Amino acid sequence: MSDAVLRREPPLRPEFERTVVDAGPIGDVARPLSAWERLTDQTALRRTVLLLAIALLWEGYARWLDNPLVFPTFSDTILALWDGIRNDGLPTMAWVSLSTLLQGYVVAVVLAVVMTSVAVSTRIGNDLLSTLTSMFNPLPAIALLPIAMLWFGLGTVSLTFVLVHAVLWPLALNMHSGFMAVPETLRMAGRNYGLSGLRYVFGILIPAAFPAILTGLKIGWAFAWRTLIAAELVFGVSSGKGGLGWFIFQNRNELYIDKVFAGLVVVILIGLFIENVVFRWIEGHTVRHWGMLR
Amino acid sequence: MARPAGAMRQPRNYDDPSAAQGTLRPLLDVSGVTLQYKTARQLVTATYRVQFQVHAADRFILLGPSGCGKSSLLKAVGGFLKPVEGSISLNGRDVHGPGPDRMMVFQEFDQLLPWKTVVQNVAYPLIATRKAGRKEAHEKALDCIARVNLSKFADAHPHTLSGGMKQRVAIARALAMEPDILLMDEPFAALDALTRRRMQEELLQLWDDLRFTLLFVTHSIEEALIVGSRILVLSPHPGQVKAELNCHHYDHRAAGGAEFQAMHRRIHDMLFADAVETHV
Repeated sequence: MSDAVLRREPPLRPEFERTVVDAGPIGDVARPLSAWERLTDQTALRRTVLLLAIALLWEGYARWLDNPLVFPTFSDTILALWDGIRNDGLPTMAWVSLSTLLQGYVVAVVLAVVMTSVAVSTRIGNDLLSTLTSMFNPLPAIALLPIAMLWFGLGTVSLTFVLVHAVLWPLALNMHSGFMAVPETLRMAGRNYGLSGLRYVFGILIPAAFPAILTGLKIGWAFAWRTLIAAELVFGVSSGKGGLGWFIFQNRNELYIDKVFAGLVVVILIGLFIENVVFRWIEGHTVRHWGMLR
Repeated sequence: MARPAGAMRQPRNYDDPSAAQGTLRPLLDVSGVTLQYKTARQLVTATYRVQFQVHAADRFILLGPSGCGKSSLLKAVGGFLKPVEGSISLNGRDVHGPGPDRMMVFQEFDQLLPWKTVVQNVAYPLIATRKAGRKEAHEKALDCIARVNLSKFADAHPHTLSGGMKQRVAIARALAMEPDILLMDEPFAALDALTRRRMQEELLQLWDDLRFTLLFVTHSIEEALIVGSRILVLSPHPGQVKAELNCHHYDHRAAGGAEFQAMHRRIHDMLFADAVETHV
């Protein structure tokens, strides 16, 4: 750089003061959004449109393929679904699956809370949890099913066992990393109140780590749902009652492919409902409400 | 918020050493405290044999540049750090671990529980320590929130508040507990200059009303002179006591005056005799 550039000065300009004009002439300061803008802001609406588009694509492709044994049309699937609900007791089967799932889920959540609480309060507990999660998290729950059947027989207990395995580790992992990420200031504030032990865990750590815990709950839910359907496909009947997986398996054996698709649709619908209604509701009333998540 | 001149000036004679010491038992006695903490690579001595006493209704300031261990000292008084040497006692009892008799106001804005509203945040420690029932705690919380001028925001969640408002809530939360001593760790350092000034005035006004005992950490000489009644000046690496000064006669009004400037200069020279960087 030359000397002239290094020594340059900004030009001196005259000073001035102005009075600020009223908002009137400026026009739009705050304008209500148009109906279209408000409609497209509705997440539920946007997603419903997407779902409809997917259904249309399905219908079109299946009609073009014209092979109901391999790929039935959307409308046939809906008809089969209706038939399944009315004549084959599909809702009962869905309920059998769901209630089994909930049992395993609740047990796993309780276990995860206990294990992570121990892990955050002692160093050896911390080591134990880290080791166990790294051992068992990659192990597919369904791989334990043969062992579970040997130990607990062909019943709900075996299913619950694999479900607990499917939910526990991802949830514990998320919960633990959530606890670890709680800001030091919040921890000190909690201890300043004289909180310790369980009161500290439930009063400070769990709500502060709730975004991570919720993620763990969602992942755990998806794992559990997959594991359950897969397990039912393998051995279906639990104490004489079949679940959704069994419904799918049975209908495939009898080549009612439209009913197989109807069963799959129910699996998908329940998944959509849990994710978009139940978990969204929980999020809306907790982490979003608290400003911890946008 | 204007403060009537002279109204908050107290009867005790600070300049007479016999009146301040000896006859009165200190509220907080920190004697010969050495603090150390471990980093991944080394053991750091934060303070070395620091000694000071805080009396009831003091606005006691720990002042020093970064690295003088003033925050560590405050944490030790709060019970979060255990001294390796020396003792800390409050009301004649040794300090072991954190407790609600020493409420802390931190610098960080995330000290409030984000899942509770303003009033719940203030009431929660009262309920958690069983100091008050649910209803009583709620009423007391509302009262303290009114004192920091946040009544309108009692039902808001912390994430909707500005930084200054969050600090006000933290102060209200600490005041509601009526602690023996209020510990403040650079509570206004993260605020903009205008808000900081207002918060300092409000804090002094609150002190004037309630006459609590305050232990306040800052690195700003000006803030120390305005907020404090007595200043402990600490030297860095490791923190050692350099001086203890009276400053109860300065407020925002005095800030431009020659005497204030002289005092500012004196402390500044004490702290940065050979340093380059200054914080004001």
